Amino acid sequence: MKRIAFSLIFMTLIAAACQSASSINAITPPYIDTGIDPDTWVTIPAGEFPQGQESHMTMIDYDYQIMVTDVTVEQYANFLNEVVAAGDARSGEFEVVVANGEERWTEEGVAGYYPGDPFQGAKHEEEITAGDKLYVSFVDGLRITHDGDTFTAMPEYANHPMTMVSWFGANAYCEYYGYRLPLELEWEKAARGTEVVGRDGYPFPWGYEIHGNNANYYSSFDLFEKMFGKLGNTTPVGFYDGRTYEIDGASYETLDSASPYGLYDMAGNVWQWMGDDHPDQHYRMMRGGSFYSYEVDLRVWKENSAGPQHYDPDLGFRCARD
Amino acid sequence: MQALTKRFNYLFRSTRGLTLVAIAMVALVTAIWGTLSGPMVEWGIRDITVKTLGMELTQADREGRIIMLYHTIAMAILAIEVYFITEIIPMKRHEQVMINSIMTVGYLTAMIFGLLFAYFGHNFAFHGLFLVGQSLVFFAGILLAAALWPWKKEYRLPKGSPYARSKKGIDIERAAFFTMAVATLLSAMWGAVTGSFWANGHETFLAEDLIRHPGHTALQKAIIGHLHIMVSLTAVAITLIVGRWLDFKGTLHKWAMPTMIFGIITLTAGALSVVWLEWAHTIIYVGAVFVMLPALFYVIFSWDKLIREGTADIEKPTFGQKIAALLRDPLKFGSGWQMVFMNFTVSGVGIFMAIRLEQIFRVWPAREERITLTGHWHILAALIATIIIMYYADLSGLKGKKRQWFGWILIIASDIAFASATVFSMKRLFTDAINQQPVVNTTMLLIDFGLGAILVMFAMFMGWRLYDLFRAKGQWQKEFSAEIKINAQAELEEQKHKMAQLEAALKEASK
Repeated sequence: MKRIAFSLIFMTLIAAACQSASSINAITPPYIDTGIDPDTWVTIPAGEFPQGQESHMTMIDYDYQIMVTDVTVEQYANFLNEVVAAGDARSGEFEVVVANGEERWTEEGVAGYYPGDPFQGAKHEEEITAGDKLYVSFVDGLRITHDGDTFTAMPEYANHPMTMVSWFGANAYCEYYGYRLPLELEWEKAARGTEVVGRDGYPFPWGYEIHGNNANYYSSFDLFEKMFGKLGNTTPVGFYDGRTYEIDGASYETLDSASPYGLYDMAGNVWQWMGDDHPDQHYRMMRGGSFYSYEVDLRVWKENSAGPQHYDPDLGFRCARD
Repeated sequence: MQALTKRFNYLFRSTRGLTLVAIAMVALVTAIWGTLSGPMVEWGIRDITVKTLGMELTQADREGRIIMLYHTIAMAILAIEVYFITEIIPMKRHEQVMINSIMTVGYLTAMIFGLLFAYFGHNFAFHGLFLVGQSLVFFAGILLAAALWPWKKEYRLPKGSPYARSKKGIDIERAAFFTMAVATLLSAMWGAVTGSFWANGHETFLAEDLIRHPGHTALQKAIIGHLHIMVSLTAVAITLIVGRWLDFKGTLHKWAMPTMIFGIITLTAGALSVVWLEWAHTIIYVGAVFVMLPALFYVIFSWDKLIREGTADIEKPTFGQKIAALLRDPLKFGSGWQMVFMNFTVSGVGIFMAIRLEQIFRVWPAREERITLTGHWHILAALIATIIIMYYADLSGLKGKKRQWFGWILIIASDIAFASATVFSMKRLFTDAINQQPVVNTTMLLIDFGLGAILVMFAMFMGWRLYDLFRAKGQWQKEFSAEIKINAQAELEEQKHKMAQLEAALKEASK
């Protein structure tokens, strides 16, 4: 009897776990208009800002501009159409090489030429060779459909951040339009501003505390977690702008969570690729945390990294320019 | 009043009582601080705890708070292990009293003021008291090492002893305890010296956050070495302790103890030399093998013993009867089983990571690699805790069905939780991020279920120990009386010995 009871409890737990399991692409979310133009830029003036967890005052002695939102799926689909038409990238099957050639596989997608990184042969250094590098792969999770060389954003995700894009793909987008990926210091200053209270700068773009309706993170109980389960999904860029959204009879109130310079989604939603190349290593850094992250990883100094070939459903980017 | 005095004396003047207090302190801290993370945050419990207790959780100080929390819990765990050691390893009564009392004042001071400093506003007087507490724990460690000095004549073993001994009769197991104590002191000092640079060229960090940084400073390497070796030595200590519990002896014991001593020295040297040696990991691997071998010998010995004892009245036991005998006592079986299980969830994962770091783990995002790292050492710490609990449950006289339920729930629930945590941390091996939700949901639920079951059962156990304190002739009374008797006998023997020495001295002087 006891054994049966144990087995029943165990099976119930497994069944409960399986019930709520749904992959991101299994459900189509409604299109939500946040009213923000993703092609908006702000200028970050030269000056000091509190950098890192210990808020060391650090100088950036030049002005630069950065996008107010992440690059959207629609913007990236347009880029693919342009870059392929211009002959700077092509679709097909490409080899991905990691671990200095010890691991390699092929993927179908869009790729373009990358000149490679200087290689010093340091311990754990990953060699990034010159050659065609995948921007996006035609895999489950890509929110762009393609018909030959015509690329179209899935309408429901058109204003969501572009995800499943490699660093090569992010870098190529920015460079194609004459921009660049932001450096970590530039990104952090744009995210937290210059204010210091006591000894600490802002840990989050909007201030010192975080609530579920400030940002899209793990178990923040946003609208999308109801649809997709606890791990959630991306939200449209600029979603946390203080508005109350009415969707399918349910309302969700957001807090205005822009950074001091007016940037959205600098904490949560998707990690963002950075432009820095660390010598002797070549991992590409990411900042900001994502909808998969616990709130602690949304603090502006927290970082993540991966090889430039990597892509994920919670990884996007925005661009900067001088 | 007398009843209160008796209980106070039991709780603070007997080894078993002190152990109960330390376990209760760890349980209390775990119960309260456990509400600040994981599913408790999602359920809104953290906010209630923070508001009710008036905690001040500044975002920038989170890593520092966690380090303080680790240290406060570690102090209590060290205290528990020291209490066990002073109870099972022969030493003079006054040494035992001195070590235990300094240890108790030390860990309680460190624990209380460490947590007050970290979580309730940064009053630096509390930080100072936290350091005072840790210093007292360190001093108790020095006294322990002195008490364990293996070359004392009175602790030598006779020829033909079934326990590991040198040609001159030195108790090698005692020497292993001594080596462990000295290595722990050295490693603690390593951390303390590095910690003194805090805010003076050295910033607070969690080791797992630095994994892909291109260069680590000497101070960072020293801290990384310190934390790894401290957890390893805690595991070594409990391995030696449960060896006494099961009366580990014979040929395997004679192989195990010298191996353990070599392992402790090599592992500690390797972990600390990461500061300046490029190939320190090679030393660590060698040391780890020599530390794990005695654990394997212990498992073989203890399981063989359980089978022999359980089938003593059967002339030719069948395989099934042997297995039944092995599983008859989940607490004693479990102490070995958890060590075996450790290989799948800790050592195995660690070795796999080391071998396939570039090809697999460094291809994943850093956050995934970080989960694997934090997962495997949290599991190691929790496995050590389960073995401590098994031993303490046995000391508490848990018998019959209660012992069976307690032991089996502890083994099964913890193994479900730790196996699930391992699968969760390695999920990128068999699923990509886009399809990970089913794996995440299932493993998270099983982790919560396993840990929840252990915590509920342990809360019941501690509830019983609390209720027992209100009984005139409860378990506490039995433990207290037994200890008074043993201590009185020991002191009597010591006095007799002293008397004989004094008389001999007088005789010598009057010649």
